[in-house]
Amino acid sequence: MTSRDNRRLDLILAAGVFALIALPWYRIRSGFFSFEWLEDFISSEKLWPGLVQGLTGRWQLWPVLALLAVAVLLRFTQAPGKRGGALIAVGAAGLAWMLAEGLAIGLRGWNWGLLEATFGDVAGQQAFGAGAVVLGTLFALMIAFGAAERGALKGDAFVLGAITLLVLLVATFVFYPLVSMFTGAFQEFDGSFTSEGVRRNIVDPKIWSLACFWGGNCGVAWRTFFLAICTATGTTLLGLVFALVATRTGFRFKKSLRLLTVLPIITPPFVVGLALTMLLGRSGSLTQVIEAATGWELGRWLYGLTGIWIAQMLSFTPISFLVLIGVVDGISPSMEEASQTLRSDRWRTFRKVSLPLMAPGLANAFLIGFIESMADFGNPLVLGGSGGVLSTEIFFAVVGAQNDPSRAAVLAMVLLFFTLSAFLAQRLWLSGRNYATVTGKGDGGRHISLPRRVGWPVITVAVAWAAFTITVYAMILFGGFVKIWGLDHSLTLDHYAKAFGVGWDNGILWTGVAWDSFWTTMEIALIAAPLTAAVGLLTAWLIVRQRFPGRGVFEFALMMSFAIPGTVIGISYIMAFNLPPLQMTGTAAILIACFVFRNMPVGVRGGVAAMAQLDGSLDEASLTLGASSGRTMRKVILPLMRPAILAALVYSFVRAITSISAVIFLVSAKYNMATAYIVGLVENGEYGIAIAYSSVLILVMITVIGGFQLLVGERRIRRGEEKAANSSFSAKEARA
Amino acid sequence: MTQTKGAVAFRNVRKTFGSFTAIPDLTLDIEPGKLVTLLGPSGCGKTTTLRMLAGLESPTDGQILIGGDDVTRLPADRRDVSMVFQSYALFPHMRVGQNVAYGLEAGGMKSAEARKRAEEALELVGLSGLAGRLPAELSGGQQQRVAVARALVLEPQVLLLDEPLSNLDARLRRKVRTDIRELQQRIGLTAVYVTHDQEEALAVSDTIVVMKEGKVAQIGTPRELYESPASDFIADFIGEANVVDGRVLSVEGDVAQVELGGVTLPLPSRGQSPGPAQISLRSNALKVTTDGTGIKGTIASSAYLGDHVEYEIDGPLGRIFVVDDESDTPLPSGTAVALEVRPRGVALIPGTA
Ligand SMILES: Nc1ncnc2c1ncn2[C@@H]1O[C@H](COP(=O)(O)OP(=O)(O)O)[C@@H](O)[C@H]1O
Ligand SMILES: [Mg+2]
Repeated sequence: MTSRDNRRLDLILAAGVFALIALPWYRIRSGFFSFEWLEDFISSEKLWPGLVQGLTGRWQLWPVLALLAVAVLLRFTQAPGKRGGALIAVGAAGLAWMLAEGLAIGLRGWNWGLLEATFGDVAGQQAFGAGAVVLGTLFALMIAFGAAERGALKGDAFVLGAITLLVLLVATFVFYPLVSMFTGAFQEFDGSFTSEGVRRNIVDPKIWSLACFWGGNCGVAWRTFFLAICTATGTTLLGLVFALVATRTGFRFKKSLRLLTVLPIITPPFVVGLALTMLLGRSGSLTQVIEAATGWELGRWLYGLTGIWIAQMLSFTPISFLVLIGVVDGISPSMEEASQTLRSDRWRTFRKVSLPLMAPGLANAFLIGFIESMADFGNPLVLGGSGGVLSTEIFFAVVGAQNDPSRAAVLAMVLLFFTLSAFLAQRLWLSGRNYATVTGKGDGGRHISLPRRVGWPVITVAVAWAAFTITVYAMILFGGFVKIWGLDHSLTLDHYAKAFGVGWDNGILWTGVAWDSFWTTMEIALIAAPLTAAVGLLTAWLIVRQRFPGRGVFEFALMMSFAIPGTVIGISYIMAFNLPPLQMTGTAAILIACFVFRNMPVGVRGGVAAMAQLDGSLDEASLTLGASSGRTMRKVILPLMRPAILAALVYSFVRAITSISAVIFLVSAKYNMATAYIVGLVENGEYGIAIAYSSVLILVMITVIGGFQLLVGERRIRRGEEKAANSSFSAKEARA
Repeated sequence: MTQTKGAVAFRNVRKTFGSFTAIPDLTLDIEPGKLVTLLGPSGCGKTTTLRMLAGLESPTDGQILIGGDDVTRLPADRRDVSMVFQSYALFPHMRVGQNVAYGLEAGGMKSAEARKRAEEALELVGLSGLAGRLPAELSGGQQQRVAVARALVLEPQVLLLDEPLSNLDARLRRKVRTDIRELQQRIGLTAVYVTHDQEEALAVSDTIVVMKEGKVAQIGTPRELYESPASDFIADFIGEANVVDGRVLSVEGDVAQVELGGVTLPLPSRGQSPGPAQISLRSNALKVTTDGTGIKGTIASSAYLGDHVEYEIDGPLGRIFVVDDESDTPLPSGTAVALEVRPRGVALIPGTA
C-alpha cells in the first residue's frame, strides 16, 4: 500500500515540476497544440513557464511554487499514513490561490478598483495556459490522494481522483459560466458593479407585459411560456396517440411508425422550420395552391407563435412518442390481464387501469415537451418574424445592434427559471410515482389491444400526422434540387454543386462553400464524442457504484445541467470564457467543452441504466480477486457496457452535429460549425444551399445511426410478438 | 347444470405460437370442488394452459368448457374464473380495498356494497384493517393474500393460481400454501394451481397433472404419482427416484417377481410381461446395513444433514442415491454395505421393456 501511495504521489509531483519549468504558464494566442511556441520558448517572455515567471517578478505565482515545494517536502519526510491531511491542505490552498489570483489580476492589472487602491499597481497577466491548467489539475489530485492516504472511501485513489476531477470539471464548465452570467448582469463594461442594466430590464414591459389580455402584445416571457404550454400539451397528446398505435393496436404499419422516433435525433432543429416556410410561407407551395384556389391572401400568418408551434409539434412529437412508448410498454401486462379476469372489459380496463398507470409518464412527457419548447432556438429563429421568444431575444440582445449583455443575462435568467422549475417539478414531484417497470419476473403476457372506440380515432390521427411529417421531410429532400423555391421549380443540381463541389489540381480541391464548416463539424464532433462518453460513463459508474458523501447532490446537479437551455449555455460561456483567467472563445476547445458538458447527462443516464442491470457482485468479485477499481472498470465493467458506450458515442456525435442554440454563440471564423453556417445561409435567403446542406447532414447521420443499429441490434424486453424496436440508443432518449 | 358448476374440461386443445407448438393436443377433465395442480418443468406449457382457461390466450384449436358451457371464444372479462398472478399484479395506484373491490364494481355492484364485500374478503384472508394501504406498503406475504382476496371475492367457478408462492421465502411458502388449501376446501371452490415445485404440488393437491413438453405425462392423486409413476420421467420428477434396470422373471396375476441387483422381490406387475424392465427406487426405499443381506454396494460419498444421512452408493445398479433416516453417524466412503429393499417406494415402470 505504502509504495503505491508514494508512487502515485511521485508521479504528480514530477508532473508538477515539469509543468513549472517546461510548459508555458500563460495562454498562447496561436494555440498550445500547434507547438509553434517551442521555437520562441526561450526568447519570448510571454511563453515562459511558471517558475521563470515567478522568478522574474510575478509574485502572484510564488505561493504556487511554495506549495509545490511543501508537497515535495512532505513526500520525503512523512510516511503516507501521516501526511494525508497536510496534502489535502496543500492541494486546497493551491487551487484556492490560483482561483483567487486568476480572478483578481486581469489583462491590465487588478480587476477591481478596491484591490488596486489597497495593494498598488500590478502587471497585467494573460489567461491560464498549459502550465497553469496542469498545475491546477495536480492540486486537485493532491486533495484526492491525500484523502486516499487518510483512508477515505476505503483508500481508493482512483475513485477519489475521478470524483475530484469531475467536480472540478463540472464546476468549471457548468457552474462557473452560470455564475459569470449572473455577475455579468451586474457589471459595467469595465467590470465595476452596477445594477442599472438589471433594473432597466427586469421591469421591461417588453418582457413582462400582460397586455395581450386586453388587446395589446404580451411580453416575451409570457409568450414563450404560453407557447411552451401549447407545445407540451400538443406533443404529449400526439405522442400518446403514436405510442398507443405502436404498442396497442394491430395497425399494419406500426413498425414503420417507430422510424419517426429517429427524426428529431437526426434533424438539425431549424430544418423543420425551414421546410414549413417552403410549404406554408408567403411563397410556399401549399400557400400558392390555396391562394390560387380561393383567391385569399394568406400573407405572413406562419411567422410568429403559430408557425413556431407547428414546427415544434413536428420536431418534438417524436420525442414525446419515444418517452411514452417506454411508459405504455413498461406497464406490466399482468395488470391489464388481472383487470380483465376481474370482469372488466377493455374499455374499463383502459380507463381504470392503463390510463392511471400512464399518468405519471404523461406528466413527464409534458414537462419534457415544455423544456424542449422553451429551449428551442432553431425554429423560432427561422419562423419568429418580429415576435420572437426568449431564446432568440437572448441571441439578438448580444449579436444585434443592441449589444446589451445585461439584457441577455436577465432574459437568460428568466428562461432558466422556467426550465429549472419544470425540471424540479419533474424530479421532485414525479419521482417515485412511476409505475412503469420492466420487471424481471417472467409473467408472460401481452398488452391488450385498445378498445375499439379508442383504437380507430387514434389510428386516424396518427396516420394523418405521420403523413404531414413525411410531407415536410419530403420537402427538405426535394427542396435542394429546385432552382428557386416558389418561383422557378425546374430541377437542378446547382445547390449541391455550390455547396459540395470538388475540383482537382494536383490533389483534391474542396471548392464547395460548405466543406469548410463540414469538416470542422466532423472533426469537433469526433473529438467530443469519445470525451462525452468517457466522462458520462465514468460519472455513471461513480454514481451507481460508489457511496461518497454528496453523491445525491452531485447527481442532481448533473441532471439539472440538462435543463439549462442551449442559449443560456451559449451566453454564459461567452461571459465566462472571453477574458482571463480562462479564455477560450474562438477556439475549438470551447466548442468541445460545450458539447461534452451539454451532452454528458445523457451519457450519465444511459450509463446509470446500463449499470443498474449489472449485478454489483461482479465488481465486488473483481475487487476481492485483487483487482483495483481502475482495473475492475477496464476489465469487467467496460466490456459489459459496450452497448451503452456505443450509444453514448453515437448520441454525442449526432448531437454535436445537429445542435445550434449554444453553438451559434461560440463559433468563430476559424471554427465554424455546419448548423451555424446554414443559419447564416437562411438569413441571407439562400434557401437552396441551406436545404441541400441540411439534407446532406441528415444523410450522414442516418448512415451513422443505421450503422450503429446494425452493430448493437434490437433489444428484447418481453416475450411474445412484441419486440422493442427501440434500441438502447433511443431508449436513452426515452428516459430523458 | 348445477352439478357441473365448477367443472372444467379441455377438449383436444392445441396452442401454437407462430411455428412453435406449445400444447400439441390437450384433453383434460377437472372435477368441481377439487384443487388440481399443473406440475412440470419450466417451459412445459403450464402457464399457457392456465392462460387459455382464463381467456388471456386463445387456443389455436379445440374447446374449453367451464361449468359445462363452451367458453372457448369468450373474452377474459366474461368468464366466470379469476386468477392470482405470479407477480400478484396488484394495481399500484389503488388502495388495497379498491383493488379488492375492483372486480365487484366492474360487475356493476354499488361501490358501498363492494367496499363491504371487499372488507369481508380481506378478513377471510386475515388482512382486516389494511384496506386503506397502498400495495407498496405491504409485505410480500400480505400482497399475496390481497391478490387471493381480490380473486376470491368474485366467487368465481374456478380459481386460477399461477405459481402463487414463487415470490415468497421458503418459510412463508409453507404457511401460505396451507392457508390457500384450507380456504379452498372451506369454500369448496374448484382451483387450478400451477407450480414447478413437486413438494408444493404433493402438499396441496387433490389431483396432480404432470406435464411434459405440452403433453399430459400422468394424472393422479399425489399418492398414485409417488407410488406408481407411469414413466421414468415422473419417477424422477416426483420425489427424486433412482431409475434402475432390472428384470421381470415371472408374472402371476397382479404380482411380478422382479430381479434387482442380485435380489428378487415381488412387485405389482402393472401390465409388464417377463423380460428387462425399468424400476423406480425411492431414495428412502433402501435400508443401509453393514452386516445384513441385500444388494451389495460401496459407499462413494456421504453427507450428514441433521435428521438424516445421504449416501451415494456404487454397486450392480450403477451409482444410486440413498437416504438413511435411522442412523445418525454417517458411514465413511469406501465402506462395503448391503442394501435391504423395503417394498414401499419400489415400483415397476410400465411400458419400459
Ligand atoms: N407468447 C408466446 N410467444 C412465443 N412462445 C411462447 C409464448 N408464451 C409461451 N411460449 C412458449 O411456450 C412454452 C410454454 O410456456 P409456458 O406455458 O409459459 O411454460 P411454463 O410451464 O413454464 O409456465 C415455452 O416454450 C414458451 O417459450
Ligand atoms: Mg409459467
